Amino acid sequence: MVADTAPHTAPQAASRGSEPANPPAALQVRAWLARRSEAVAIPLAAVAAGFLLFSLFLLALGKSPLGFLDIVWRGGFGSPFALQNSLQRAAPLLFAALCVALPARLGLVVIGGEGAIVLGGVAAAAASQPLAGAPPLLAIPLMALAAAAAGAVWIGAVGALRAYRGVNETIASLLMSYIAIALSNHLIEGLLRDPQSLNKPSTRPIGEAFAVGPMPGMDVHWGLGIGILACLAAYLLTERTTIGFAARIAGGNVRAARIQGLPVGRLVTTFTALGGACAALAGFFEVAAVHSNANASLVAGFGYTGILVAFLARQNPLAILPVAFLLGGIEASSGLIQRRMQLPDATVLVLEGILFLAVLLSETLYGRFRVFSPHLWAGKRAAAGVPATVQA
Amino acid sequence: MSGAETGGDLGLWTVLLAVIGGAIRVSTPFLFVSLGETITERSGRINLGLEGTLVFGAMSAYATAVVTGSPWAGVLVAGLAGGVFGLLHGTICRFPGVNDVAVGIALMLFGSGLAFFLGKPFIQPSAPPLPAIPFGFWSDLPQVQAALRVNVLFLAGAALAPFLWWAFRNTKAGLVVRVAGDSADAARAMGYDVDRVRLYATGLGGVLAGVGGAYLSLYYPGSWNEGISSGQGLMAVALVIFARWNPLACFGAALLFGGAGALGPALQSVGVTQGYYLFYAAPYVLTLILLVATSSPDRALAGAPGELAK
Amino acid sequence: MADLPLSRRHLLGGAAVLGLSALPLVRARAAGNLTVGFIYVGPKDDYGYNQAHAKGAAALKALPGIQVVEEENVRETTDVQKTMESMINLDSAGLIFPTSFGYFDPHVLIEAKKNPKVQFRHCGGLWTESNPKNAGSYFGYIAQGQYLNGIVAAHASRSKKLGFVAAKPIPQVLNNVNGFLLGARSVDPAITLQVIFTGEWSLAVKEAEATNALIDGGADVITCHVDSPKVVVETAARRGAFACGYHADQSALAKDKYLTGAEWNWASIYKGFVADMQAGRAPPNFLRGGLADGFVKMSPYGPAVSEAARRNADAVKAEMMKGGFAIIRGPLKDNKGNEIAPAGRTYAENAIELEKTNYLVEGVKGSA
Repeated sequence: MVADTAPHTAPQAASRGSEPANPPAALQVRAWLARRSEAVAIPLAAVAAGFLLFSLFLLALGKSPLGFLDIVWRGGFGSPFALQNSLQRAAPLLFAALCVALPARLGLVVIGGEGAIVLGGVAAAAASQPLAGAPPLLAIPLMALAAAAAGAVWIGAVGALRAYRGVNETIASLLMSYIAIALSNHLIEGLLRDPQSLNKPSTRPIGEAFAVGPMPGMDVHWGLGIGILACLAAYLLTERTTIGFAARIAGGNVRAARIQGLPVGRLVTTFTALGGACAALAGFFEVAAVHSNANASLVAGFGYTGILVAFLARQNPLAILPVAFLLGGIEASSGLIQRRMQLPDATVLVLEGILFLAVLLSETLYGRFRVFSPHLWAGKRAAAGVPATVQA
Repeated sequence: MSGAETGGDLGLWTVLLAVIGGAIRVSTPFLFVSLGETITERSGRINLGLEGTLVFGAMSAYATAVVTGSPWAGVLVAGLAGGVFGLLHGTICRFPGVNDVAVGIALMLFGSGLAFFLGKPFIQPSAPPLPAIPFGFWSDLPQVQAALRVNVLFLAGAALAPFLWWAFRNTKAGLVVRVAGDSADAARAMGYDVDRVRLYATGLGGVLAGVGGAYLSLYYPGSWNEGISSGQGLMAVALVIFARWNPLACFGAALLFGGAGALGPALQSVGVTQGYYLFYAAPYVLTLILLVATSSPDRALAGAPGELAK
Repeated sequence: MADLPLSRRHLLGGAAVLGLSALPLVRARAAGNLTVGFIYVGPKDDYGYNQAHAKGAAALKALPGIQVVEEENVRETTDVQKTMESMINLDSAGLIFPTSFGYFDPHVLIEAKKNPKVQFRHCGGLWTESNPKNAGSYFGYIAQGQYLNGIVAAHASRSKKLGFVAAKPIPQVLNNVNGFLLGARSVDPAITLQVIFTGEWSLAVKEAEATNALIDGGADVITCHVDSPKVVVETAARRGAFACGYHADQSALAKDKYLTGAEWNWASIYKGFVADMQAGRAPPNFLRGGLADGFVKMSPYGPAVSEAARRNADAVKAEMMKGGFAIIRGPLKDNKGNEIAPAGRTYAENAIELEKTNYLVEGVKGSA
């Protein structure tokens, strides 16, 4: 198996350019930096271009684009409160995006994370009941485990259906998501309902002892910290392990992977199950750190926003971090936009739509600027424009 | 519980009638969106953003009907607006390296956002609805008459499905779209501009999704508000896979989905009152069961355009 | 603001609440200068629940010294906590109205603890003594409106079957369903009511399907309790059934098929709260009121309402205006045969038991 040295932003990046044979270490670093700066500069330029386009929309409405920018800054990024607001909103998106990005390693498009989130929340709340009285250090991880297991089974089933039965995972995951939400509502308003929950049907509270608190020094719950860790772990899994590499091969060409003897079915099931477990953890934190029970507010649309985050991050678990943060920031500033500029809430949707179209369109620019070419910086021998050779 | 005294004079027949009526009433947006997406996907692209197009179509149709007083003008504008969204998707995806699924998701956001933004002033006014044809005139029963009140757009969709099925096989345009979808290289070898074919196919898909939106706001439920669609566009796109890119099967899938959706309320009306969340999930469960039953590992993507499988 | 019937408010929760109301506000505010925050769970103009609140907010904008800030489509998760904090930190809001059921526990309670100088008043929640003193809840006895709807519906119905599209089987919805049928049965005891639950607060297609199913089942007057009654009222009118409105006045949507409707009149409550704040008092922590208190009002009668129906409904309304009207009166059973109230037992509008209703009365088809 080939050692995978260069971090790729996406599977297709592997075929775009390859390292020249054993260049000196310093040059290797410079080449790596060049590629990294391309991955930063192009999206930033796209965001700027998207905002320019949105400015036309604002001008047509007679609103000041600069004033708007100022409000986005103050609402989403410009103060400790704003930053924590954005981070708080980013937290569930990290998990939701992983539910898309992990299966995407195998070329699968899973869009049913919403259901896994809700089901995970219900599972965590249900698990808290028999654990009542147990030490929190034992009970809280067990609740998280219950949530993750429910999500893993739900989305893993989608993967298994795909691998062993040939069922299309996109439609299956969407159907399973609707079924999961129906099932959760049924349980919340039936079997698991707390008779004390009058006008907002909920499960019994998990109890104060099991509540997950804020991270030290912050007003953001632990979902953020664990979410970041999950993204890092997913990155290591996909980029630095044999199983991740095998998944990428299977994602590129199933037939070739089978010929090489890779257990494609097990890979598909594992990655979808992991994705489902991640999504379910978002539900766990909603229950354990926010609501203290499971109720219909768990259906908040995180799963669908997560799809967008994952695609914008080009399915790279590390890139999910900044994208989720940006999205959280824009959503955090939504309130201020409504209050200060008298614009409806849908303004933010329009802005997000334009920004993301611009960022997605900018993907066509990768590899087109010589200044970012690793070959340019890795030594004169391999000048930019050398035809790409496929590595493995 | 009063399960014994079934609702209405028709008893359990109410359920069957409701399912038939529901299939006719609810299926039309699913039908138009899935036919549109079939054209797009047959050409080798996926436009996941038809939910946004559907919502924008609903808003623009309603707004136009309010302003002009003509629901047909609304359908026209919705179709045009949908076409613009489709062309936008097609244009952006022409550039190499751009992911069509992701662009679709962004357009879903953009289309709904723009519709909500521009649609605020049109939530209050009432628009003239699209006319319906009373095919139930022969019956004295108001329930039958109601179930068989069929909207013209449903008939148009019902005619469009076999036409598209025929056109994919027997017309040059249909052939070109299919070749572009099955093998871009083959299409290029035949001298066709693949990107242009896909651009038009996506534009046409957008037109149909826009018209589906007009049905939502101008006939059933026949109202404009921000919750009008509740994900029907996304589900319809997914139904295309279920229908294996076959327009005739799209018609069947849309009817099945619409009919199953009517089951929940109808069962409650005859006294089956427990577990309605589960009955409401019937369309999804039914579709999933049929999907699993008709799939097999060997022909995982039977009927799938070759370029999509990449 | 002389028209505010504040003196007639029903204050529940004991004398402690009254005592608290008299305490001066901790934060010394410049006389009259107050920023009021409104938070809605859906779009402000939905022809229903949120619109009714937004109308109340709009009524405050005209008052001197009052600044109104609003946010719509705020999710019932940490989002609403951050919205409240943002309104407090950046807009110096002194009084906040989070208007959705789902905002109360835990979100309002958390923020009330965090911001003791800010007053929070939540619509629909059940504030108790153990909750923060700067929080509170208010709601209206809108079941009275549904009772009057029922009276008018009974006069208009020929099939003697009524229909109700409901979101979820929670006490506030069940009270409305029961009120609608009991109002109708006060006219004709043979009338029955079919209820269909959609399971969601806002789901246009399902609401239309439910309305159709009710009419197919023989119902000829329809009302509802969902966030946006627009679809139900329009669908009923198109099918030729009569409609009774809810939340706001939907008469324009159904024309001559609109009988009457139970509407919120939040403006009077909001003006009262703001007047308390401006006078340096905390608004009441637990406030409920009905028709008599101006919390709830009826849409004007539509053209299809007969003279007899008007007289009947007006007479009952006059009773209600005296206060203490009991919709639930013994002997009464629920639709499973269990006794709710023995003969002679009555539950007046402000009976605390009605906050916990978990039954549908005899004559309602459906299960709570």
